[in-house]
Amino acid sequence: MAFDTQYTNQEFKVVGKRVLRPDGIDKVTGRARYGADMNAPGQLVGRILRSPHAHAKIRAIDTSKAEKLKGVKAVVTAADLPDLTRGDMGMYDTLENCMARGRALYDGHAVAAVAAIDADIARKALKLIKVDYEILPHVTDVDEAMKPGAPIVQPRIRTVGVNPAPTKPSNISQVSEFGHGDLDAGFAEADVIVEKSYKTEQTHQGYIEPHACLASVGPDGQAELWVTTQGPYMQRNTCAALLGLEVAKLRVTASEIGGGFGGKTHVWMEPVALALSRKANRPVKLVLTREEVFRGTGPTCSTSMDIKIGARRDGTITAAQAVLRYQDGAFPNIWGMLGAMTAWACYDLKNVKATAYDVLVNRPKVAAYRAPSAPMAAFGVESTMDLVAAEIGMDPVELRIKNAAKEGTRASYGPTYGPIGIGPTLEAAKNHPHMKAPLGANQGRGMACGFWFNFGGQTCVDLNIGQDGTVNLAVGTVDVGGARASLSMIAAEELGIPYEKVKCIVADTASLGHNDTTEGSRGTFSSGMATVFAARDAVRVLRERAAKTWDIPVDRVEWRDGKAHAFGDEHGNLAPLSLEELAAKAARTGGPIAGHNEIVADGAGVSFATHICDIEVDPETGKSRILRYTVIQDAGKAIHPDYVEGQFQGAAAQGIGWALNEEYIYGADGRLQNPGFLDYRIAVCSDLPMLDTQILEIPNPNHPYGIRGVGETSIVPPLAAIANAMSNAAGVRMTHTPMSPPRVLKAIREAHGA
Amino acid sequence: MAAVLVSTTVNGDAVEYSCAPRESLLDVLRNRLGLTGSKEGCGTGDCGACSVIVDGRLVCACLMLGAEMDGRTVETVEGLADGATLHPLQTKFLEHAALQCGVCTPGFLMASKALLARNANPTEEEIRFALAGNLCRCTGYDKIVRAVSAAAAELAHPAKSGTGKKTGGKKAAGGKATGKKKG
Ligand code: FES
Ligand code: FES
Repeated sequence: MAFDTQYTNQEFKVVGKRVLRPDGIDKVTGRARYGADMNAPGQLVGRILRSPHAHAKIRAIDTSKAEKLKGVKAVVTAADLPDLTRGDMGMYDTLENCMARGRALYDGHAVAAVAAIDADIARKALKLIKVDYEILPHVTDVDEAMKPGAPIVQPRIRTVGVNPAPTKPSNISQVSEFGHGDLDAGFAEADVIVEKSYKTEQTHQGYIEPHACLASVGPDGQAELWVTTQGPYMQRNTCAALLGLEVAKLRVTASEIGGGFGGKTHVWMEPVALALSRKANRPVKLVLTREEVFRGTGPTCSTSMDIKIGARRDGTITAAQAVLRYQDGAFPNIWGMLGAMTAWACYDLKNVKATAYDVLVNRPKVAAYRAPSAPMAAFGVESTMDLVAAEIGMDPVELRIKNAAKEGTRASYGPTYGPIGIGPTLEAAKNHPHMKAPLGANQGRGMACGFWFNFGGQTCVDLNIGQDGTVNLAVGTVDVGGARASLSMIAAEELGIPYEKVKCIVADTASLGHNDTTEGSRGTFSSGMATVFAARDAVRVLRERAAKTWDIPVDRVEWRDGKAHAFGDEHGNLAPLSLEELAAKAARTGGPIAGHNEIVADGAGVSFATHICDIEVDPETGKSRILRYTVIQDAGKAIHPDYVEGQFQGAAAQGIGWALNEEYIYGADGRLQNPGFLDYRIAVCSDLPMLDTQILEIPNPNHPYGIRGVGETSIVPPLAAIANAMSNAAGVRMTHTPMSPPRVLKAIREAHGA
Repeated sequence: MAAVLVSTTVNGDAVEYSCAPRESLLDVLRNRLGLTGSKEGCGTGDCGACSVIVDGRLVCACLMLGAEMDGRTVETVEGLADGATLHPLQTKFLEHAALQCGVCTPGFLMASKALLARNANPTEEEIRFALAGNLCRCTGYDKIVRAVSAAAAELAHPAKSGTGKKTGGKKAAGGKATGKKKG
């Protein structure tokens, strides 16, 4: 689907302005209701008991004492969540992840849950549950898990993607390969070949709001779920399937969401809350603690990888190869595959290959984390690019410009690119004043690029015009960072009315058709597209009503500046009819005026970013400080520049934390040692400088306004940008994230032979 | 254990409640008083989402007990605005898009209020260190620092950009300032 160029580079009246967001006042006054802020009459407090072992057989669970405790209204185990998945392994994995079924697969795996009249009693009840574990050998490191003889995490798994198909179980769930050309010939052509191995530790999305829900199941099978999620429809479909409820009878309402970044695109404990409610026959509020969030939900993969690049002295890359090993936690997934698809996406390469191993370990089920899988591969690739630049004595930006993908490039993962922004972001970086700023002692500058696909997907929007001409826009994508403002702006633009006349809400699942989860930066892209079409649908109705009022043919009526205008010689003297006037008369001209759109929003449009980073490294301690940071990214069209900048800055800050501090630390016992914000240290205000941004607008031809997803790409470059800066500041090449002070100090000492 | 009876002042109102001896101030505010503006991000004093002001001092409500509040004065985000008139911090947070998901915002507002009460004209660095106990995972802090800086300027010279109405119009002049100021 491509739109006429008249829809790109168009003049906008509302879009592109910095308006105030509609949910703003509620959020600065404490009125906004998040996952944990809802209550229901007679509600109980739910709590979950989790495995303290990395890998164990569960011989028996004795809940009798807990059940007898006064104030306990329900105790559930896997027995209360029978397997209704009928061979759907993905669904079965979700079920087993919600509640262990005969085995615990990681430290923090849920094994039982209680609902009680207060938190104190619920806590006591958990202590009364006796679980008889038989501890099994475990593995938490990705490279260890791939070795022959490693403890097997999932005996059912046979590696997919190898020939012949294996007959024995393996921790490698899948091998995937992307690329084209002839690697051997390419490396033979190279003047220099650089090969390096890298490792990245596991990080968590770190949303400040823990998972929370309020579940209510009635004896008649009607159920409600209030939940902090990026995917209310995903929650509905999954929970209904796992509990045997009818989809239409489970109404899911997404609360305000206190951050998700991919971690709230999955089902975690919601089926447990529903099961508790069903058993107790009362509403149950289940809010995870921070420790549970770290141990039991959502981290991204830890990885290990080998990157090899061959280049000629003029900078032409002749061959590029990546071998990626990503751990998916205890359940099979495709995170390694996504890493392989993104690894080389920035470049125009004749001979290229990326091979990915998806590997199981005894860690929590890995969830999406902002541009999932791309930052790690980019860490390896972009670090190696700098090594190549140094080897041939070329400026790192020039090397990248020389090899940058462009319109018509066949991407390493298959498709051929349309108009894309990697070249322009590199040119912008090259010309950015940041590049010329002076540096002092122990300071260095680095840069790196990043890529993300962006998703579209199923979307559905309702637009209803009130009798006073104000407009309700109901969308089904969750507002994770100002989307209601952007979507209201789009509706106002199309209808030709002021932004303030539009009120956008996120509808519950019973009030609007299916919407895919808000992930892959799809919210503003796809709901934006559906909003454009829903508004045009409403405009069609408005024109009809005006035609009827005037008693002229509808093709003599056009919609401009929020009014119907009659045109043609014979109608020129009719005064225009405004939206307000048409809305006021709706009852007499055919009833309510509305517009709808249901769409699979294709063509989200890939996006690219280039980051520049200055860093100072203290050679005595290995501690580093970011001095200056610049994000340059292609947004297609920035609907609301403040929120586009905010996405760039937030993504960069997460990448910086990942690069410098954040990591899951597992003990030899397979237990997570730092499940809290004190020891899992995300970037705080005093760690960062101002984060400069430059928005480029290379319109996406597949969207009526040229929009691309913007939310994710900028988490991709920071790891390598920082490693490259560090190498220039301290003369050490860091190949293992986080590049925390002890690791950096060790590298400095080794480099200086101390 | 017997419940404790507490008489205290919350956002200027005299309030009485009884709570369990081990119940945190945060739980009392959220579950007994219906003041859910203060958030629990960690429950262990590490995130600042529960920041409130007790007797003029910034504290983590998750680290204090409800039972300790007898005779004291508690300020929460719900008491920040003066009726329909937003506090300049609230206005500037909105104007500068200093919130995305907004779950950290109540804590940042209270921590910023405490900062500006003791330092009316903070530098960028002073703002960054004063807010280092408040985690935000969405914004990268850039727009938060700018908002606090702008609010300080607004409080110092209220006449200039007409705070007072709920959320009037456009970004104040100097909205893109670096947040740096002299001493
Ligand atoms: S909830 Fe109190 S500091 Fe995090
Ligand atoms: S705005 Fe989401 S955590 Fe700060």
